[in-house]
Amino acid sequence: MNALRNFMDKIKPYFEKGGKLEKLHSVYDGFETFLFVPTTTSPKYGSHIHDPVDTKRTMSTVIVALLPALLFGMYNVGYQHYLATGQDVNFWTEFLFGFLAVLPYILVSYIVGLGIEFIGAQIRGEEIQEGFLVTGFLIPLIIPINTPLWMVAIATAFAVIFAKEVFGGTGMNIFNVALVARAFLFFAYPTHMSGDAVWVRTGTALGFGGGSVLDAFSGATPLGQIATASTSIPNITDTFGHSLGFWEGFIGLIPGSVGETSKIAILLGAVILLMTSVASWKTMLSVFLGGAFMGIVFNFFGPDTAAAHFPWYNHLVFGGFAFGAVFMATDPVTSARTEKGKWIYGFLIGCMAIIIRVLNPGYSEGMMLAILLMNIFAPLIDYFVVDSNVKKRLKRAATSTIK
Amino acid sequence: MSPLIKTTKGLDIQIDGKAEKIVGETILSDIIALVPHHFHGINPKVMVKAGDYVKAGTPVFHDKTFENMNFVSPVSGKVLAVNRGEKRKLLNIIIQREKETQYENFSVQSLEKLTPEEIKSALMNAGIWPYVKQRPYDVIANPNKTPKAIFISSFDTAPLAPDYNFILKGQFQDFQTGIDVLAKLTPGKVHLGVKANVPSNEFLKVKNVEITEYEGPHPVGNVGIQINHLDPINKGDVVWTINVQDVLYIGRFFNKGITDFKKIIALTGPEVIQPQYYKTLPGTSIEPFISGNVQKGIPLRYISGNVLSGIKVEIDDFLDPYASQISVIDEGTEHQEFLGWAMPRINKFSASHLFPTRLIQKKFFKKILGKIQFQYDARLLGGRRAIIMSNEYDKVLPMDILPEFLFKAMITGNIDKMELLGGYEIAPEDVALCEYVCTSKLPLQLIVREALDVMKKELE
Repeated sequence: MNALRNFMDKIKPYFEKGGKLEKLHSVYDGFETFLFVPTTTSPKYGSHIHDPVDTKRTMSTVIVALLPALLFGMYNVGYQHYLATGQDVNFWTEFLFGFLAVLPYILVSYIVGLGIEFIGAQIRGEEIQEGFLVTGFLIPLIIPINTPLWMVAIATAFAVIFAKEVFGGTGMNIFNVALVARAFLFFAYPTHMSGDAVWVRTGTALGFGGGSVLDAFSGATPLGQIATASTSIPNITDTFGHSLGFWEGFIGLIPGSVGETSKIAILLGAVILLMTSVASWKTMLSVFLGGAFMGIVFNFFGPDTAAAHFPWYNHLVFGGFAFGAVFMATDPVTSARTEKGKWIYGFLIGCMAIIIRVLNPGYSEGMMLAILLMNIFAPLIDYFVVDSNVKKRLKRAATSTIK
Repeated sequence: MSPLIKTTKGLDIQIDGKAEKIVGETILSDIIALVPHHFHGINPKVMVKAGDYVKAGTPVFHDKTFENMNFVSPVSGKVLAVNRGEKRKLLNIIIQREKETQYENFSVQSLEKLTPEEIKSALMNAGIWPYVKQRPYDVIANPNKTPKAIFISSFDTAPLAPDYNFILKGQFQDFQTGIDVLAKLTPGKVHLGVKANVPSNEFLKVKNVEITEYEGPHPVGNVGIQINHLDPINKGDVVWTINVQDVLYIGRFFNKGITDFKKIIALTGPEVIQPQYYKTLPGTSIEPFISGNVQKGIPLRYISGNVLSGIKVEIDDFLDPYASQISVIDEGTEHQEFLGWAMPRINKFSASHLFPTRLIQKKFFKKILGKIQFQYDARLLGGRRAIIMSNEYDKVLPMDILPEFLFKAMITGNIDKMELLGGYEIAPEDVALCEYVCTSKLPLQLIVREALDVMKKELE
């Protein structure tokens, strides 16, 4: 480690004011603080000791929590590919295909996003913030596997610049950045983001795999089938017409966005986030409660459509509901920040997601829009919670006797 | 039985170096300094010049706002220097201490006959007034106001804080007199916060006060937390607070007619070889306390006060008048921690669940690993960020306040919101734990201090 430390010290002057590489100062700083804990000490006034927790630790924990979903997603991409092309291959071949298919998205998202972050940090003269490490990891997990890479690049750039940097960087944004990237894709390139052809990679992954698709194959997601159902009886099937139930949705070997399909993997992530208290259990639980509540309401009192008749518990395991509840709704920056507010915020996300699914024929999945919508309302929810504290204080002042 | 208030929010930081219950010899440096900036918010006017002879109790400077508010020498001797900095700002006044202290004699009438105004002017004249502080704003009390109550906390829950039951042994008579004096200054009550479940707690025998017992983790010993639970401060209210040992100054003054600022402080911290108590006086140099009694070979940080809300001092600086302890910790600049954010960091004490702090304190792991000595140094252990995590501050602030929103109002300088969200009730020391646990490493105590100054300026 000493050699590395010496090397960092040696090249440091180049990046400081007046150095040749002055314009890359924040990049150097980013790497230095990544490698070695900064020796900045507490100021003269204030706490002289500090908790070892920092944003690097927090953000990397979220990434660890996302790993099961990513790994399963990779496997599922390969599994769906070889299922569709009718080839019988072993686990590792399936995983390799998925790995090669997903890897470019991760690279594109990180290179574009972090590039912009580095520039932004340099312009503002700040340290590089770790928020994008999570955002950049989320983006590949919430898009269909056939999305062209250049679209991902544009969407990432748009989201980072217009949903984050213009507000002042991590911690200042109003909308969940990864969801803004997805919403951008959704509205800018709708044909690539929905329909039957986008969810299963039938072509090759970096030249690997490939083959001709079997005749019986249909790549529609369960929620897509529900939205376009001709009858009012919800009947969902996998890509070869076998009917799907709750447990198939829970295990997740079905078409869908890369990271959203397996509820087992998401549950593992949820356990990590909750054990470490990085995410709020209140938000997470209340999203599911809201979704279940609205699902039940539609089951009993809804219109006579397949979406309304779709059992409430299936709503929770199909589509991006669980992924959104665990990883997106709990984003502390864009979520409600008061404890009471989190209950309301989460519950309304769950309700809205199901309302959009059932009542809006244009959107088969409502989670993204529900979370973005509630991102707008989160400050309002907090306002009322804070206001009740203020009112209590004013009331107390009015009844106080001794002046 | 006195009422009991239990709090659950807060954090007891486990740090080594608690003072052993031994009072060492009296430690006094040959030169004693009066440092105006130790008294927050005053505007000093010097009353002596180099060469003057002063007694203990002789005014050395006074405040320009309240001209009768004297700041007096704690020792007798010759004024060596009046040091000024840029723009003639008064830095300090240095006094060469005599071996035998000569006290200024104050003729004190018996307490019954004195009116509150007479008591106040006597205390201001004798230089004891600056030890009486007020909320809102956590500054020296404005003598022209009448407080709705006076609050004293008889225990300190801060890391390695001294035990006042031990310090006050044999001095409860002076303490009682001090309380009796304070009781005459408010139409309301004098509240004494007492730690629950302490065997033979002498503070429970104090009379003429309203005793409330408290139980819970730090910061329940902070007077601000106690005020918030008993009689919260509203707009227009004034509450006075005073440290336990400073009550003794008032008691001695009325019992003996002299200003005797003797106090006992605790020398604490993981880098102190023999942590214990010492008798001393405010304004004495830090150096004699620590010479030969601290670890060598690493850069050290000396703190006048506790590790959470004290002031960093250099070895030749002077003990600030409000401090009851000196803490010594590792400065930490010598550590090169490779990928520290990714390491288990078993020997770091974290309030979060991101480190195994809680786990290793379970019985099972204690057996395997033995007792872990948590390591502390003055590094921030991270970079400063915008506020990202929510509900961090709430967990360590047992007040009916939404800290994050108050801090945001303070950062943005929104005075209306500061008023509404609890700005009148808070003091920097109350948010020290918020600063400790903050993932974004924000200097919250400084933010609160500066915001309170702005509030005071704009609202008074």
